[in-house]
Amino acid sequence: MAVSDTHAAIDASAAQLPGALAAADYLPILPVVICFLAGAVMLILRKRTAWHGWIAIPALCLLTLTDLLLLRRVAGEGPQTMMMGGWRAPFGIAFTADLAGTLFATVGAMVALACGLFALVSISAEERRYGFFPFLFLMMGGVSGAFLTGDIFNLYVWFEVLLIGSFGLLILGSRHQQLDGAIKYCFLNLVGTTLFLIATGYLYGWFGTLNMADIARKAADQPAGGGLYTIAALYLVAFGMKAAGFPLNAWLPASYHTPRFVVSALFAGLLTKVGVYALIRVLLMLLAPQQQDLAFILAWVAGLTMMVGALGALAQTDLRRLLNYVVISGIGTIFVGIAAPGALGAGGDGAVGLSGALFYALHSIVVMTGLYLAAGVATDRAGSSSLHDMGGLWRGHVGFAAMMLVLLFAVSGLPPFSGFWPKLMLVRASFAAGMPWLGAAVLASGFLVTIASARVFALAFWRSKPEHEAMVVEPARYEHLDGPKPRGADAMLPILGLVCLVLAAGLWPQWLAGLTRTAAAGILDPGAYLHSVFGAAP
Amino acid sequence: MEAALSLVVAILFSVAIYMLLSKHIIRMLLGTVLLGNGVNLLIFTAGRVPAITPPIIPDGADHLEAVTANPLPQALILTAIVISFSFFAFLLVLAYRAYQDLGTDDSDEMRVAEPEEQGLPPLGY
Repeated sequence: MAVSDTHAAIDASAAQLPGALAAADYLPILPVVICFLAGAVMLILRKRTAWHGWIAIPALCLLTLTDLLLLRRVAGEGPQTMMMGGWRAPFGIAFTADLAGTLFATVGAMVALACGLFALVSISAEERRYGFFPFLFLMMGGVSGAFLTGDIFNLYVWFEVLLIGSFGLLILGSRHQQLDGAIKYCFLNLVGTTLFLIATGYLYGWFGTLNMADIARKAADQPAGGGLYTIAALYLVAFGMKAAGFPLNAWLPASYHTPRFVVSALFAGLLTKVGVYALIRVLLMLLAPQQQDLAFILAWVAGLTMMVGALGALAQTDLRRLLNYVVISGIGTIFVGIAAPGALGAGGDGAVGLSGALFYALHSIVVMTGLYLAAGVATDRAGSSSLHDMGGLWRGHVGFAAMMLVLLFAVSGLPPFSGFWPKLMLVRASFAAGMPWLGAAVLASGFLVTIASARVFALAFWRSKPEHEAMVVEPARYEHLDGPKPRGADAMLPILGLVCLVLAAGLWPQWLAGLTRTAAAGILDPGAYLHSVFGAAP
Repeated sequence: MEAALSLVVAILFSVAIYMLLSKHIIRMLLGTVLLGNGVNLLIFTAGRVPAITPPIIPDGADHLEAVTANPLPQALILTAIVISFSFFAFLLVLAYRAYQDLGTDDSDEMRVAEPEEQGLPPLGY
């Protein structure tokens, strides 16, 4: 601005970083930039729907590659910070990529790539013209921003960005079922983010700062007081609602089965995990003393969410609605690690609970996305998504049946797939935290989900196709079957990719467990995070 | 000043929650608007209201000389207003479309996505 020219004598070095940022410093913000650029370009080319795939898939590949580069850098050098506009912390908005956030962002980008590939064969030209891919990228921009930001108000903004993108995806097609589901999803998520905003307002009033590193620094030497408990409890309710933890989970089974399968897959994989990630970030890094007093409530929430999810899955007839409850059960399992994060420096496996929670969350992102995509293929092949009418699917495609079996085993937590190892860590953590009943709840819900999974496989794949007519024929129930059919190798490829990830994480869990252990340590002891934001001399 | 504003926030919140508990979508919509306004006022109050002097640094100085209004909460509120307004616009259209297509404004009667008589899954193999 012109003002700075007339008063060049003002010394800004206390507020601004010297010199321009190097090109490599922009890496933490790059995933968001890629998403918004690609989304904007496709919005401009709205009517050229044939081009969307050619833009979307390379952009998603680029996004995954950027996240992998960032992950490599963060794993090697520790958290990376970019201060917007070159302002010093805590004045500028910080983007801080630490290991936990980068892991989530990377796996999220991989899942989005799989969904993008699946969308090529399952989204009609009309829905592309209404903006399927722009919405997808808008949402991914919000998701990446939420995982990488280092500013609590900025986190709120990214939540809203991903929410408005998800609204667009949810109602695309405007079938009756979708409108019904969208009403519930939109209102409850709006109330959830409003609670988040309330808590953030109080947090600002308390600390006078919004930078997460600055809050973590100041909260560490705060006396335990009533005000901070209010804030912590508000955050717990807000993020518990986003993550669909019991008793705030009603919106998820009401809406996740209504849009296209690929949209369900994306939502089930990513959106609830953003809530979980934010809860981990706020309760375990910013308000750690308050978390210790909330641990008992968190443990109950975890146990009840797991059981409600597992029992709900047992009671469902529709394949996708069954999966909705499996998502909830997985959220409960992650909550176990938030309730019992484990102490640092406890022998060889410090922070085993939080490490298990992060591992399980990453596993759940991949597996749930894979399951919903596979459910899309299975529904198309069987001509119905009701377990009463499905059957004999293994005859048509043995490879597909095998992939479904791997995914169902993984989601039930059976070895040697990726769900087993984090559950082992979580059970050990709950015993170490003096809550053996919570460990028992993990195993019991795992058992119930195993029964539900076995029922899916036995009925839809193993038995022969039932002869009887469809029991209840309502047009509304089958209206999601119109549109392009996800068939052939193009639909199998993304599922196969996700199955390979599940297999890799299950057979060689050490590398991922090593990463999540470092990530968990970085959250419980944010020294490196603070150093990255404030530099050597804070 | 803060005490009076807190009272206004409390009234806005209670009215908003009352409206949100209704089963009619249009009243819930009004509830979300009130809730958004209540939150904006809350952020404003939480940022303290010491003075109404604008925070402008005088010519030639490099810092503020007197107590001024806190500009940061106002920036936050501005962001929140834009977001809540756009959400309200979206929800309004969604509610109207749902009313047209589903023929009801009563959220209890919206059972298309979760039909009431679903029955049990096959219990035998």
